[in-house]
Amino acid sequence: MDFQIALLLGQDGLTNGAIYALLALALVLVFAVTRVIFIPQGEFVAYGALTLAMLQAGKLPTTLWLILALGAAAAVLDGAQALRHGAARKLPRLLAVNLAVPLALWGLLANIDLAGLPLLAQVALTLAVVVPLGPMIYRLAYQPIAEAPVLILLIVSVAVHVVLIGLGLLFFGAEGTRTPAFTEGTLDLGTTTLQYQTLWILAISAVLIVALYAFFGRSIYGKALRATALNRTGARLMGISTTMAGKLSFTLAALIGAFSGILISPITTLYYDSGFLIGLKGFVGAIIGGLASYPVAAAGALLVGFLESYSSFYASAYKEVIVFTLIIPVLLWRSLTSHHAEEEE
Amino acid sequence: MKQKKLIAALLLALPATVALADITVGVTVSATGPAASLGIPEKNTFALLPATIAGQKVKLVLLDDASDTTTAVKNAKKFVAEEKVDVIIGSTITPASLAMVDVAAEAETPMISMAASRLIVDPVDAKRRWVFKTPQNDAQMSTAISEHMSNNNVKKIAYIGFSDAYGEGWAHEFAGVAQVRKIEIVANERFNRADTSVTGQVLKIIAAKPDAVLIGGAGTPAALPQKALKERGYKGLIYQTHGVANNDFLRVCGKDCEGTFLPAGPVLVADQLPADNPVKKSAQEYVGKYEGAHGKGSVSTFGAHAWDAFKLLEAAAPAALKKAQPGSKEFRAALRDALEGVKNLPVAHGVFNMSPTDHLGFDQRARVMVKIEGGAWKLVK
Repeated sequence: MDFQIALLLGQDGLTNGAIYALLALALVLVFAVTRVIFIPQGEFVAYGALTLAMLQAGKLPTTLWLILALGAAAAVLDGAQALRHGAARKLPRLLAVNLAVPLALWGLLANIDLAGLPLLAQVALTLAVVVPLGPMIYRLAYQPIAEAPVLILLIVSVAVHVVLIGLGLLFFGAEGTRTPAFTEGTLDLGTTTLQYQTLWILAISAVLIVALYAFFGRSIYGKALRATALNRTGARLMGISTTMAGKLSFTLAALIGAFSGILISPITTLYYDSGFLIGLKGFVGAIIGGLASYPVAAAGALLVGFLESYSSFYASAYKEVIVFTLIIPVLLWRSLTSHHAEEEE
Repeated sequence: MKQKKLIAALLLALPATVALADITVGVTVSATGPAASLGIPEKNTFALLPATIAGQKVKLVLLDDASDTTTAVKNAKKFVAEEKVDVIIGSTITPASLAMVDVAAEAETPMISMAASRLIVDPVDAKRRWVFKTPQNDAQMSTAISEHMSNNNVKKIAYIGFSDAYGEGWAHEFAGVAQVRKIEIVANERFNRADTSVTGQVLKIIAAKPDAVLIGGAGTPAALPQKALKERGYKGLIYQTHGVANNDFLRVCGKDCEGTFLPAGPVLVADQLPADNPVKKSAQEYVGKYEGAHGKGSVSTFGAHAWDAFKLLEAAAPAALKKAQPGSKEFRAALRDALEGVKNLPVAHGVFNMSPTDHLGFDQRARVMVKIEGGAWKLVK
């Protein structure tokens, strides 16, 4: 291996690592706030990319039916609850959020020329269709059992994952798609070349990470999420709604997932079931961070990216084995160094 | 009195129902899971089939095995135990089909697989007596590639394939024929269907300076190494396998696939076959039927394997119907014998000539070399 190959592999590892890092951050966020190990995180990657591809083909994205259905279910559940507690004045807002918004989106998407829109508008519409899935899934699958032990939440996650994979096949079909790059072409750096899309991925990942940092450090909602992560009961006593915190963290997770999908779909072919493996590698990163530390999780995810890239050069048949075996020494090291203070249940 | 009448009526009705016994066909396809892109066109094909064979009604029982071996075996057991099928068609993929062989042999029910591996029907032993298959062997396809390579003066090749049964199977088959043709394999790499990057493998291949690269993948995932090779400035020949022969591959791979060679069943280029080719008419029949129902350009070679399986059954059933009634053990045995005796049957993928030692029955007419030109499949003359 000469210097140039090492450089190219490093660049490849960094690109993939940046995506894994975003997903690792989303996983840590969801786990810290709701104690859910969010296995379906990767599905948002596939849903985001494939929804964008459908929009660009001028087709009405089938993901729309899912938010309509989930929205209706959430409206019925929340509506019944509000009526039972005699809080009928909450109804208009409930219906607006869960039903009117998806319906309006449907009306909008059905009446404009989707394929002719500029890329930025297509990306915005994709996010508008995919991101509401996050809070809706939280409302329907996790909110009723928010106080359940971690293991039960994990089992529900597996179920949600399987359902989303099945729906993905139904919505998008078995074949993969690619979307055009944000900026076509490559940058010549003398000894090596760099695709513009790679630069986009690195730049946007960095911006998202800084934005998340600012959100948690400065905004009141970010602080509320941190408070919930630190101490649920304490946060509730301070007037922070844990339901709101859960929904918000799932919204962020869906946003990060869908955006990651949109970022990588120009450089690789994505399938309805591609998200799982990508999410799983983000999860390895999150594990390195002990599902608690954001910077360590991001660094761990970058490590996964590099390891994957270099092992694909040296021993491509064993690449996944090498990447996922990483988890064993990490767990060993963590269990030897950390004191047991996690769960009191 | 009334009772007697009823019994008389029942007795009269009994032979009538026996005479009308349907031919029951149990079909298991991988319409979901990793092999869905193969299984879905097969499933669609079963919806296009005629409802009768030789005047006898055909009852299709179609189940999905989700590309899962255990489910495929469960489906096969259900077919023989509950549905009492006369013949099993399936499954889409090799591991599932291999596992179903035992069930079919034990129940003495003929089985027609739509999966590629030679091992499903070869050697024909006590169990495989009952098993037939419709897709070409990988060996047939790999000799077509090695022949084309020799003609184009290729001495050194690099291989990159799926890290599963398909990729390993091709690596193994191709290593054999490459040795015969004195083609050196300078790099042997693997990648996963779900991988987002193959940069490492591709850099290693380019560093080995091969004259040609063979990509052993199926469906749209096989486009990833090809796109990566082009992106890194690889200029040599690229070969794909018949696993990519559907239009989604052309859509995903786009201009990076121009000039790619692959072996495929003649059905892929049915309209371009010379008029004297015995396969032309039967292949066009399938393409016409499928595209009539699903739109132009929707046809794939995978669905044609399902079509061929039914054609085989259609050719064999009349002889078996003369010997016994559907639903009986004797009928299944007669059907097996008749399947083994099918001669000169042109279908979408070639011409079947079954024999007691060959339960595939395809010859060189079952494959053509195809080149991708202008985003379409072109027959290489």
